[in-house]
Amino acid sequence: MRETKLPGVGVRHDFTTGDGQDVGVLVHRDGRREILIYDAADPDVCSSLVSLSAPDTRTLSELLGASQVTEAVATVQQEIEGLAIEWFPIGSGSPADGYSIGDGAYRTKTGASIVAVIRGDQSVPAPGPEFTLVADDVIVAVGTTDGLATMRDLLHS
Amino acid sequence: MLIAAGSTEAALAFVEIGAVALGLAVLARLAGRLGITAVPLYLIAGLALGEGGAVQLDVSESFISLTAEIGVLLLLFALGLEYSEVELREGLRTGVPPGLVDMVLNALPGVALGLLLGWEPLAAVLLGGVTWISSSGVVSKVLADLGRLGFRETPAVLNLLVIEDLAMAIYLPVVAALIVGGSLATTMTSVGIAVAVVSVILLAALRLGGPFSRGLAGGSDESFLLAVFGIILLVAGVAQRLDVSGAIGAFLVGLALSGEAERRSVRLISPLRDLFAATFFLFFSFQIDPADLFDTAVPALGLALVTTCTKIVTGWFAAARVGAGPRGRVRAGTALVARGEFSIVIAALGAGLVDGSRLGALAAGYVLLTAIIGPLAARFADRIPVPARLARERAAA
Repeated sequence: MRETKLPGVGVRHDFTTGDGQDVGVLVHRDGRREILIYDAADPDVCSSLVSLSAPDTRTLSELLGASQVTEAVATVQQEIEGLAIEWFPIGSGSPADGYSIGDGAYRTKTGASIVAVIRGDQSVPAPGPEFTLVADDVIVAVGTTDGLATMRDLLHS
Repeated sequence: MLIAAGSTEAALAFVEIGAVALGLAVLARLAGRLGITAVPLYLIAGLALGEGGAVQLDVSESFISLTAEIGVLLLLFALGLEYSEVELREGLRTGVPPGLVDMVLNALPGVALGLLLGWEPLAAVLLGGVTWISSSGVVSKVLADLGRLGFRETPAVLNLLVIEDLAMAIYLPVVAALIVGGSLATTMTSVGIAVAVVSVILLAALRLGGPFSRGLAGGSDESFLLAVFGIILLVAGVAQRLDVSGAIGAFLVGLALSGEAERRSVRLISPLRDLFAATFFLFFSFQIDPADLFDTAVPALGLALVTTCTKIVTGWFAAARVGAGPRGRVRAGTALVARGEFSIVIAALGAGLVDGSRLGALAAGYVLLTAIIGPLAARFADRIPVPARLARERAAA
């Protein structure tokens, strides 16, 4: 990734995709961002694909980022044999709703560990036993396939 | 006095100022439609209203002359704000060679024409300044409007503007000191003092701008606005007292601000700047005799054409350094053609010279022409033929 400063305007970042397409992001001083696509015939020239406000940028990066997390998880699963990672959304009727992780004694019962809880657009890494789960949280757990299946039952039944 | 009931003088002044402001509003809107800066239109309006013009203003002239003075300060302050100290330091590190080319190619035609017209050397040097400096306002607006901010040559263009800004920080106080004049010894001393004062303030701005800005940034919008306005006028006043030109003082205050204080200043001072600066341009052309403008029309046109070409060469050189192709280099050159607010400020410095009135008229005509040629040239830059020999250069490089 290359960075170019534009005095009085902001900063431009660009990189070349695997297909050889040059893509840039122009970050204006006021936080507005533009996505730029460079012309294949004349690499000096680009067209602005879309202009995004700060909230728009967050929305787009979430869309792009979500698939990235899934990809990363898939890679980890492949690397450690026998170990699986799963995401469990907590429904409003779940027995875990309103109880702490310690209350559920998940590790004792399943051997799988809760490594993170995603709440809204925030993620809490390595939550302690005192962490209280609520509906709409998403639990990220690591364990054996059997252990994770047991956890799914505990959370959903 | 002004609020006393039935004050006919105040009433007349209000009507005059109000009518002038409304007229300028119409012109600013028209300029927006045409995609050019409003500066040349303000100049035309000033010609129509000033000496020998269609309408005479009498009561409000003293008011307008003071607001015009404040307008220059705010204009220069805003120009100083445009770049952060990091960008200035970066510009100094990489931009000196294109900056020198810019100065030599674009200031010399102005100086040469001034001497050719038989002006005193100082007026010629000021005319060199007029032709040297591109209008950063027009250039960045044109680049944004044409969607060229992401183009490869754009950083070269913007860096050149940064260098011109820095060059002005030295040029303006030096010529201001020369204009004050006196014997050779006193002139040398005042130039020395000017350069020393500016260097100290500039260094302080680059080194201590951060803490200064942070100290200023707190408080309500109201207190911030008053504080910044007060500092601008104070520094400008002190600088003027030291014969360094108040405008340069305001410019250096703008350079010194960064971060949060800079962002708030842009938001809070810009409306004030627009208001006062409009009266500055108006007042500048109040003093131009339309007969002078007519007399200088041919030299102004010739100068505009020559320096359009020299700016294109400058842009070509600067853009080549960042690896842009021939088309990009032409685009960079045309983007730089427009001259504007700085040129008028420089010409205004020489108002008191023997050739001051002709300098003002020539500068007004010149800015008028380049402000129209510039954006047009930039828009149609891709249709300007590039000599085949030069176009092949990229393949070779």
